[in-house]
Amino acid sequence: MRRSAALLLMAIALALLLAPYVAPHPYATQFREAPNARASRQFPLGTDALGRDRFSRMLYGGRISLLFAPAAALVSSLLALCLALLAGCLGRRAERLAGIAADVCLSLPWLFALLAVRAVLPLNAAPWATVLATFGLLGLLGWAGPTRVILAAVKRHLASDFVLFARAGGCSGWRVAVVHVLPNLLPLAFAQFLVTVPAFLLAEANLGLLGLGIPEPIPSLGGLLRELENLSGAVAHPWMFVPALLLFTVVGAFHLLVSADKYSI
Amino acid sequence: MAAQWGGELRFSIRDEPRSFHPAMADTDAAETIRYLTGGVVVRVNRSNQQLEPELATSWKTESGGKSIVFQLRPGLLFSDGTPFTADDVVYTIQVLMDPALHSATGDAFRGGGGAVKAVPRGKYQVTVMFPEPVAGVARLFDQVAIMSRNSTLKERAVLGAFRIAGHKPGSFILLARNPNYWKTEHGRRLPYLDGIRLEIQQNRELELLRFRRGEVQLISALSPDQFQQLAAEDGATVKDAGPTLESEMLWFNMNPSAPIEAYRKKWFASRNFRLAVSHAIRRDDLCRVVYHGHAQPGIGPFSAANRFWFNHSLKPHAFDLEQSRRLLAADGFHLAGESGSQTLRDRDGHAVEFSVITNAGNPARERMAAMLQQDLAAIGMRLNIVTLDFPSLIERISKSSQYESCLLGHVNVDLDPKGLMNVWLSSSATHQWNPNQAEPATPWEAEIDRLLKLQSTTLDENRRKALFDRVQQIAWDEAPLLYLVNRNALVAFSRSLRNVEPSVLRPNLLWNADRLWIETK
Repeated sequence: MRRSAALLLMAIALALLLAPYVAPHPYATQFREAPNARASRQFPLGTDALGRDRFSRMLYGGRISLLFAPAAALVSSLLALCLALLAGCLGRRAERLAGIAADVCLSLPWLFALLAVRAVLPLNAAPWATVLATFGLLGLLGWAGPTRVILAAVKRHLASDFVLFARAGGCSGWRVAVVHVLPNLLPLAFAQFLVTVPAFLLAEANLGLLGLGIPEPIPSLGGLLRELENLSGAVAHPWMFVPALLLFTVVGAFHLLVSADKYSI
Repeated sequence: MAAQWGGELRFSIRDEPRSFHPAMADTDAAETIRYLTGGVVVRVNRSNQQLEPELATSWKTESGGKSIVFQLRPGLLFSDGTPFTADDVVYTIQVLMDPALHSATGDAFRGGGGAVKAVPRGKYQVTVMFPEPVAGVARLFDQVAIMSRNSTLKERAVLGAFRIAGHKPGSFILLARNPNYWKTEHGRRLPYLDGIRLEIQQNRELELLRFRRGEVQLISALSPDQFQQLAAEDGATVKDAGPTLESEMLWFNMNPSAPIEAYRKKWFASRNFRLAVSHAIRRDDLCRVVYHGHAQPGIGPFSAANRFWFNHSLKPHAFDLEQSRRLLAADGFHLAGESGSQTLRDRDGHAVEFSVITNAGNPARERMAAMLQQDLAAIGMRLNIVTLDFPSLIERISKSSQYESCLLGHVNVDLDPKGLMNVWLSSSATHQWNPNQAEPATPWEAEIDRLLKLQSTTLDENRRKALFDRVQQIAWDEAPLLYLVNRNALVAFSRSLRNVEPSVLRPNLLWNADRLWIETK
């Protein structure tokens, strides 16, 4: 199952990477004579309300989501790993402080926090800067959950026999953390990474649905899903569901990877 | 077919009124309820836009326009049976003018700076006096629902076709026929309907679903997408009633104290720059693509829907890239870079790039912004689109002034130019591009101020028209607001609903609610 999910994700990633060669049209070009066109040879998934080729936008939008969501997940997982390791090694006060900070962060209504931060961004930020800011914020705000999980593992490892032996053998606290504990945390951090990627993909989609995601003209899966707000229109044009299907497949594949990973740990 | 009596009309409203007090109506839903329940001395006919007598049989202005005398219909009763007299009009004006009430309807009467008073002249005649001559004064009373001084129900006693019979917060408002309504048809008291149920429903898709199921019988404001879908179906009648008074527009921040770069302020203050942008916009495409053809290119403060006051000599700024480039060249702007990806630069070499803010969650505006982005790219300008939640957007345009340009709509509820004074007077807080000016910043703003003030005290309608035509001409020449489109009024109503006469003025389908009837099989 894990291999199938990984292969599926790799195939999707490859198709998206080849977007410049596969996409029939530039993603921002508006064919104003053909808005809301049906699927055809010229427009494989039809066009959106502005006459932009939906297939090209899905390829480029998927590329952005699949590039930046893992990057943001990597940031939050690494942040969580460092914080948990540091807190675990510094003693009970640091552990408690990290726990409180994580609880506070988890209790934040992240959507409003994102809206507030977006509202103070410079208006003339280039669209790509806004993409980076959006996913960067997701990465920076997403550390709390993984930190709690990894911190529990750090405490467990620090109380284990092999750490006791290492200390008895004269290892410094720093060496114990980096050489003995850290390698044992990596599978868990990787699992947290796999859990966080689909969460960030969905977070971007949610922001896109609110119209507060990645700015025009850059496409994103969230932006493409907004078309489904007009459900009756979408039912009459079923190819509009393809971006949703892509998101569903990618998120599902990541979850399969995680569940398979859980058994293998 | 003879009209049938009875039945309940059901439709959705977007929000819940904060108050049922007729002087406090400040939202679309509250105004609709006031329209359905309130009796007024005179009413603007939403079909022919003419003023018609209601509770007053006649009226005349006196003292050079400083007062207006209404002759009232005798023998009318409020919904609770309390008699209607001139004293009720006096009481209503007193309530409107009460500074503690902060009535938005009363604001329209306060322009002169002094007190507005009403004095009875017998049981059925009343004079309303203003501190200075007021042009088009009778039309102000279209919004004034008369309240009873003597009724124990106070503002719940009404003279309109319906009275409020029930309210479940967050769910519905129930109106029942006013048994004492004064209009009759075929010897019976109107309205035809027994009642109206206003369902509180914010979600447009759910409203459409309920309309399809027959659970609501009309929709007053369809989106172009919904209009197209319903037009393809058979269960209802949809109608494009023509261009409304509602404008979608783009403006640049010309506030000298705005926290934006000086070179950008210089661009925005330039008439040539603003006109160049306007000439680069394909308004026909906006109407066709965003509104599926159910909109008209914007021209100025009023659309052609305002039959009397619109300046018919004006046309939309034409899409003309050559003209646009000439205007930019005259101000020292030039294209730089390789052919195909050229960037417009100003005299000092700054790339012409600016942001436009608009409210998130409005698909039409977001689509228009994306189209403007492509249109302006054709003259080398780079437009960054920023969608903000509505409170953030309002904070930027009305308080912090932290924005460069804004794409937003303006709803005219008044046919008279007086309703536009809060936007066009340079001293106004809602003079969007440069609000709260102590002195007019430019000669043309000073001229608009002068013309608007003059027309507001001129009683001759044709003279006023000439003055306001000039205001519209200056607005067109200087382009502080780039009018993009006027959307059409798109409505849907059930085939069983009769006597429907859609209007471009609000309330589009309900303006003759007392004569609507439901055909039963």
